[in-house]
Amino acid sequence: MSTYMAEIDPIAGPGEIMEVSMGPHHPSTHGVFRMDVRLDGEKVVRLKPVFGYLHRNHEKIAEHGAWLAAIPYTDRLDYLCSMTNNWGYVLAVEKLAGIQVPERAEYIRIIVAELTRFQNHAGLVGFLLQDMGASGTPLMYAFREREKVLDLFESLSGARMMCNYMRFGGLRVDCTPAWLDEVRHLVSRLPRFIDEFENLLRANEILMARTQGTGVLPRDLAINAGVTGPMLRASGVNYDIRKVDKYGIYDRFNFRVPLGDHGDVYDRYMMRILEMRESVKILEQALRDIPAGPIIDPKVRLRGLRPKAGEAYGRIESPKGELGFYLISNGTGDPYRYRVRPPSMINLTILEDMCLGQNIADVVIILGSVDIVLGEVDR
Amino acid sequence: MEQNLKELKIELSKNGIFTTTLEELYNWGRKNSVWPLTFGLACCAIEMIATTMARYDLARFGAEVFRPSPRQADLIIVSGTVTKKMAPQVVRLYNQMPEPKYVIAMGACAISGGPFRDGYNVLKGIDRYIPVDVHIPGCPPRPEALIHAFMTLQKKIEEQSLSGADRPRHLDADLPSEFPVPSFGEHGLEPPNNPDVFFNEPGNPLKVIQ
Amino acid sequence: MTTLPPVEDIKAQIEAAVPGCRITVIPNGSPSGQHSLLLDNDHARAAALFLRDHPSLRLDYCSLVTGVDWLDTETTEKVKVKKLVDGPEGSQQEQEVEETRKTKVPGHLESVYHLFSMEKKHGPVVLRLRTANRTDQTHLPSLTPVWRSAEFQEREAFDLYGIVFDGHPDLRRILMWDGFVDFPMRKDYVPPADDPLVEVQP
Repeated sequence: MSTYMAEIDPIAGPGEIMEVSMGPHHPSTHGVFRMDVRLDGEKVVRLKPVFGYLHRNHEKIAEHGAWLAAIPYTDRLDYLCSMTNNWGYVLAVEKLAGIQVPERAEYIRIIVAELTRFQNHAGLVGFLLQDMGASGTPLMYAFREREKVLDLFESLSGARMMCNYMRFGGLRVDCTPAWLDEVRHLVSRLPRFIDEFENLLRANEILMARTQGTGVLPRDLAINAGVTGPMLRASGVNYDIRKVDKYGIYDRFNFRVPLGDHGDVYDRYMMRILEMRESVKILEQALRDIPAGPIIDPKVRLRGLRPKAGEAYGRIESPKGELGFYLISNGTGDPYRYRVRPPSMINLTILEDMCLGQNIADVVIILGSVDIVLGEVDR
Repeated sequence: MEQNLKELKIELSKNGIFTTTLEELYNWGRKNSVWPLTFGLACCAIEMIATTMARYDLARFGAEVFRPSPRQADLIIVSGTVTKKMAPQVVRLYNQMPEPKYVIAMGACAISGGPFRDGYNVLKGIDRYIPVDVHIPGCPPRPEALIHAFMTLQKKIEEQSLSGADRPRHLDADLPSEFPVPSFGEHGLEPPNNPDVFFNEPGNPLKVIQ
Repeated sequence: MTTLPPVEDIKAQIEAAVPGCRITVIPNGSPSGQHSLLLDNDHARAAALFLRDHPSLRLDYCSLVTGVDWLDTETTEKVKVKKLVDGPEGSQQEQEVEETRKTKVPGHLESVYHLFSMEKKHGPVVLRLRTANRTDQTHLPSLTPVWRSAEFQEREAFDLYGIVFDGHPDLRRILMWDGFVDFPMRKDYVPPADDPLVEVQP
């Protein structure tokens, strides 16, 4: 046990506080994450997250390889959403080197990013409901749709999960009209799936009793703690980087940003459902308007990219929050400093604040609603 | 002799009499109910979850329940990168599993460190500390590859004999079933590998030069 | 999204509000145009509070805290120096000669903060704090009391670079284990040789 636990004054008398280490191996399916919890009976008195069990030295490895060689490693950051990770990195490099992206590539980027957002939110709802006790069935529904999206990614980029698809200034390979027809076919059936998935458990007594009022995150704390993504919007803060930065061509699309009132687990759960619907809207518009054209500027040097010395911070709205890449170049072919802004890790800053005073059983669902992926937390 | 026995078996079974040996029966029961431990480390864990879902369905091979407690599990599928910080925990979990127990190293990271091999916190393969039965290459391996690995493990169990020199570890009291857990040193793990487990097989084409 | 005033204006505003604060603008060579402000360590916290609370800036969201390692470098410059040079017929003349002088620039560790405003929807403003050197003077003021989002990220900079943040509520290692002694992300880190060379026999 590390020394910090000995410093706080126990609320109850000595011998009445129980220390539990939840993890790094535990049934809740969020990866190798550990929480050192101090309990007074069933109530949480102190909770310290401990991670680093998946620290794979992504930032150090990227410093030794070329700029292009870091793209497959970004796939493995948030391993459920490889397309949006790729986009975050290539956006930062395009800012650093001043590279333009052709229009067709922007449309395809938005299509794959919104498909990624859809399957991530579906998976998250499935995992959250499984943590609450609906063991298996909602996850089966979510993974059924996820498999359809992964089939599309496989036929487009060659891999189900680690797509390695985006390049500086565009994409690796163009999509065919047949692929676009498949996406249209899938998107036409998605609203019915979202309705079915939502009605599965939305008005369920156990769900509502367990999640409403649990794990409340106040608005000011959320802003100060740097929380981003659906977790921030569930607390009522209107900050979606697609609307703020308008990166890509998101300003051409008509979609709303759902906001929550209470900032509890139920709001975060509903946030994902509502964002799935908005993603479907964006997909329909993108599939309708996608033009023909090139997908990358042929004059861009991918392999021997040597951006001028300088730095850039590029960020996107990934399904987990603000995914940013801070890159410092010293004029050579390798990054001098390559830093990832991990939304999952920063969203964990206030995990303790949300869990204090809650039951130990609710800690699992509060953690589930934060939506962490350890590949991103630890890098 | 084997061929005659086989033909005899087939003849008898055509007449409604099923015969088997104790060894076959024992192994048949074991191989068709291998219960894995819910142990996912990284990206390969998601493909493992996808393998248990409705499309690929590992449950029809006998892995119906993934047990969260190592005391109730037969198989640990090390799926994902094993970091030096996590390695003692993996070895401890392996030690807590009762015999007979099997290890599948899923993915390039569990086999050798994978794409993250150069990292300062990455253990270059879980076979440095625990013996591995089946290795699955891939990054991540497809669900079909995991099913193939599972079937390979089942074939391996099927071919184990109850007695003799090549009997499995759980029937041999001289072989250890628990392995020493590495500890956190100042610069890495102490010891960096377990020499009894790592590159110990005779006739192995890889030779270690210190 | 409202636009931020240019970096020089922000510098002037901070210098007016926090007397004694010395700020340098570090220009950015890339097309991204994200120039940064180098603050001095003594007034960093006051400047940060000003940036967070001032009504027109309201930089209430610290998005990213990065540790950067700059190694000791050597700069060479050619200087014209008057020297006595042997001339013809054994005489000595004063002549201007070019000499290369090498000066050692000590390295430092740096902590870079990217600030945005959720209220005004503008940003980024980039702040930099530098240590005096890489060896014994590696303390920086912590900005966690100003922005809670810096809590884990400053711990990570401490863990991987060795920057000690004064005023951080809970400064311990976050990604590596507690007994680890090295600072792995530094440029001169050498990992231990735990990988025996392996030869494949034919």
